[in-house]
Amino acid sequence: MNKGIHFRFSLPLEGFNLAAKGEIPGQGVTALFGRSGSGKSSLLRCIAGLAQPVQAYLQFNGTVWHDSERGLFVPPQQRGIGYVFQEGVLFPHLSVRDNLLFGFNRTPKTEQIESLQRVVELLGLNALLKRYPVQLSGGEKQRVAIGRALLNNPRLLLMDEPMASLDRAHKKEIIPYLECLHRSISIPIIYVTHDPEELVRIADHLILIEAGRLTAQGALAEMMARVDLPIARDYDAGAIISARIIEHDEDFHLTRVEFSGGELTIAAVDQPVGSAIRIRIHAKDVSLALDAPGPTSILNILPAKVTEMQAHGRGRMVIRLDVGGVPVLARITQKSQHRLGLVPGSKVYAQIKSVALLA
Amino acid sequence: MPSETDLTALLITLKLAAVTTSILLLFGTPLAWWLARTRWRFRFLLEAVVALPLVLPPTVLGFYLLVALGPHGPIGGLLEALGGQAIAFTFTGLVIGSVFYSLPFVIQPLQNAFSAIDERTLEAASTLRATPLDRFFSIVLPLARPGIITAATLGFAHTLGEFGVVLMIGGNIPGETQVLSIAIYDHVESLQYAQAHWLSAALLLFSFLVLFLVYRMNQRHRGQQAG
Repeated sequence: MNKGIHFRFSLPLEGFNLAAKGEIPGQGVTALFGRSGSGKSSLLRCIAGLAQPVQAYLQFNGTVWHDSERGLFVPPQQRGIGYVFQEGVLFPHLSVRDNLLFGFNRTPKTEQIESLQRVVELLGLNALLKRYPVQLSGGEKQRVAIGRALLNNPRLLLMDEPMASLDRAHKKEIIPYLECLHRSISIPIIYVTHDPEELVRIADHLILIEAGRLTAQGALAEMMARVDLPIARDYDAGAIISARIIEHDEDFHLTRVEFSGGELTIAAVDQPVGSAIRIRIHAKDVSLALDAPGPTSILNILPAKVTEMQAHGRGRMVIRLDVGGVPVLARITQKSQHRLGLVPGSKVYAQIKSVALLA
Repeated sequence: MPSETDLTALLITLKLAAVTTSILLLFGTPLAWWLARTRWRFRFLLEAVVALPLVLPPTVLGFYLLVALGPHGPIGGLLEALGGQAIAFTFTGLVIGSVFYSLPFVIQPLQNAFSAIDERTLEAASTLRATPLDRFFSIVLPLARPGIITAATLGFAHTLGEFGVVLMIGGNIPGETQVLSIAIYDHVESLQYAQAHWLSAALLLFSFLVLFLVYRMNQRHRGQQAG
């Protein structure tokens, strides 16, 4: 009963109030997405019990962790959570091994389900065990911090922008571990980020937060295909599509995939025919034409129908297309919309310049 | 050669420094921890009081303690009324005076060491099932180790060199309250320079040895954390 997380927090922050009320599913990765200073980290700290909201109600899988009206507060050490900080925050006086085991050694025997060996393998930490935190790179520290949180045998994993302090190379090093983590553990994960790239690679569920308020939430693919949200305005905006590999073209180094809206030719994917993949079509890479275009360098042209339009100022707008039942976003200028006479219901051809592979 | 009274003075001095340092570490640690973490707006008031012995002439501190602890003072009088005896001119009186006198030398390094510990380190420990007491012993104390060693050393060394307060409150009773610094002063007054040399050299050597060991220990500690 009451699976998942139900919360209601009120906490004064600099310049505004965090006034958040909502639910988070009891499984999968939920991303808290918003600009720096929008209150997303504060919300995560409230869920962990690290921040002291003025008013609070928090329930996890039917257990009340915080109820300010009844004066009930379960301190962080009794919640059985895993928390990954932005910069790792390892214990400098302990070796990597002792850092990893800190929470594990304090977990009641009956709740010790994780094992050091498994976590070390999952995160590739074997060579680091005897080192001290000062001897680790940023990416290594973060892997140890994730391992330490997992070995706490948590019922809920909270991650506060775990990659914000890493450079591009180290981010690339961590992302595969996070994707792997996602597949190998069954507990819910709440992941705070302001990076759309991380969001689409890791999250299943998305909560948008702006100036301390939750503005929208839903399944990731659904949210990424909405034109009315601030993320549609981002340079990186674009829909996510699940597809299946049907053919490899070795000569041209290409792969053909299909989805319910048709077929797409994308850069070669190193996975067997029949594999399910997730791809992303950025709104900026989609242009629209009223008639089927003649010979063109663009490989992917699909018939589509305009379903929704939203102006985003400065003469730009985002169009939501229905491609065989699957939503795709296109960013065009208002002038183009005017010239083509686009209205909801218009039939167009979507010319897709590039497709990004997610996983 | 040092006389027997000189050796007794040395012993009393070491005992006084050891007792004073232990008391200060025991009671100073929670106080320093509180000072390092509290957001109380009048914290500065307490910090100023703790720092007072740094600027106050020891004789002033000694004078007030003498007045308070003597048989006619509020504390000494109370003790006497309760059937005890006044504590001025006793070893206990010396300890009380020394605790005040060396207070900032112990509290300040401790407070600095505690302040330097990142709040998030403790938060991380709390998410990893560590209770407040557990966090204090498994995170705070090991991370503050160099500061604790410094505090103990300074407290000890500072008490060794105490003169003014002891003179005011302890008097100069050989075998009871006569400490090394006062014995040296006595020798010089009565022109016994050879005796004064012995004691001075002993104190100098001892102080240097303690500091030498402490600094070496602290350097090793840093070395270990750096790998």
